Amino acid sequence: MSTDDESGTTEIPSYCGHCGLPAHTPDAHGVDSDHDDSNGGCSTRLAMEPPRYCSQCRRRMKVQVDPFGWSAACSRHGTVTQ
Amino acid sequence: MTRTVSTDQTTALTGIGAAPILDQARDRVLHRGLGLTQEQILQILELPDALLPAALELAHDVRLKYCGESVEVEGIISVKTGGCPEDCHFCSQSGLFESPVRAVWLDIPGLVQAAQETAATGATEFCIVAAVRGPDLKLMNQIKFAIERINRVVEINIACSLGMLTQRQVDQLAEWGVHRYNHNLETARSFFPEVVTTHDYDERLDTCRMVKDAGMELCCGALIGMGESNAQRAELAAQLAALDPHEVPLNFLNPRPGTPLAGQSIMSGRDALRAIAAFRLAMPRTVLRFGGGRELTLGDLGTREGLLGGINAVIVGNYLTTLGRPATADLDLLVELNMPIRELQKSL
Repeated sequence: MSTDDESGTTEIPSYCGHCGLPAHTPDAHGVDSDHDDSNGGCSTRLAMEPPRYCSQCRRRMKVQVDPFGWSAACSRHGTVTQ
Repeated sequence: MTRTVSTDQTTALTGIGAAPILDQARDRVLHRGLGLTQEQILQILELPDALLPAALELAHDVRLKYCGESVEVEGIISVKTGGCPEDCHFCSQSGLFESPVRAVWLDIPGLVQAAQETAATGATEFCIVAAVRGPDLKLMNQIKFAIERINRVVEINIACSLGMLTQRQVDQLAEWGVHRYNHNLETARSFFPEVVTTHDYDERLDTCRMVKDAGMELCCGALIGMGESNAQRAELAAQLAALDPHEVPLNFLNPRPGTPLAGQSIMSGRDALRAIAAFRLAMPRTVLRFGGGRELTLGDLGTREGLLGGINAVIVGNYLTTLGRPATADLDLLVELNMPIRELQKSL
């Protein structure tokens, strides 16, 4: 995965790319544990689909899936590709 | 790869006796080349787990006899994602739901690149898909130019899935060389109003019939696991068989966040395999393709069982908004199963 971060800095993810919730709070799926650990919910989903929310600001991203990759663009934080 | 299990062997294996429906299916479908009736399809869908392997074996034999060993490989791409005015309850691309999917368009260079990458895998089909009720002039123009550009640089059959068409649009797509058109029934007529309210079943059938009449191959598929009953799955298979499409993509619901079906349980792998066998036995000659959701419903083992149970086509790589298995995983599996990739045949 590569990033084209317009700010040129590397930030610690604040939000879940799958559901958009804060990364270190219980998730929306009723799992009473840290959101980004091994609860098997969003982390599993993110292995099967591209992120929909910017991990820095929670904006919904414009996502293009193609047969062998994807790109996800945040208007503020740039584009992530795989 | 050929394998056969006789009724006697099945009986010995299960210890519970073979269901009469399997003997009926062997005679009607394998020997005479006729699809099962709706009532017979339902009996396949309700077979006990112990008889599922025998049903898959039979479906595989039918596929080999009427379709051959080869597997058709296809890549798909979304040219216009999200923002759809329709309310298909399974779809994350409807603009009527609180889905995280945002509207986005892919340009023509992006389409050409995707077609080239798809062809490089050995695939013979490249399907361009748009999340729309039906194409407007802007989309039709983009499709026309995309077809021209793709045909200049890569040898691959181009298919489209652009929603409901007018007769004029059908004629234009055929004239531009669209090889196959996808328009799914999705579910049984009796269940359709539970899933879609912004258009009706007959509107879908109208487009399907126009496509066939224009000489394009019809790709018309199913999405199962939306809460329909086995009887409704059988109804759908019978309705598809009556339409006689060239291809039937068989999709399994992947519940999408924000859609009305977000909370629907993922269907069991065994039920998915029963559906594969049943659809093959309903349509012995169709291209039966693994569509979306197989990764979630069937996993790696189920993919193998499906290919040995009636499936003879796959979508390679990613889907429209979700990711598929790595292309190499499917292609390696085909090599292992000694199933050659179907070669390109320009039919139009």
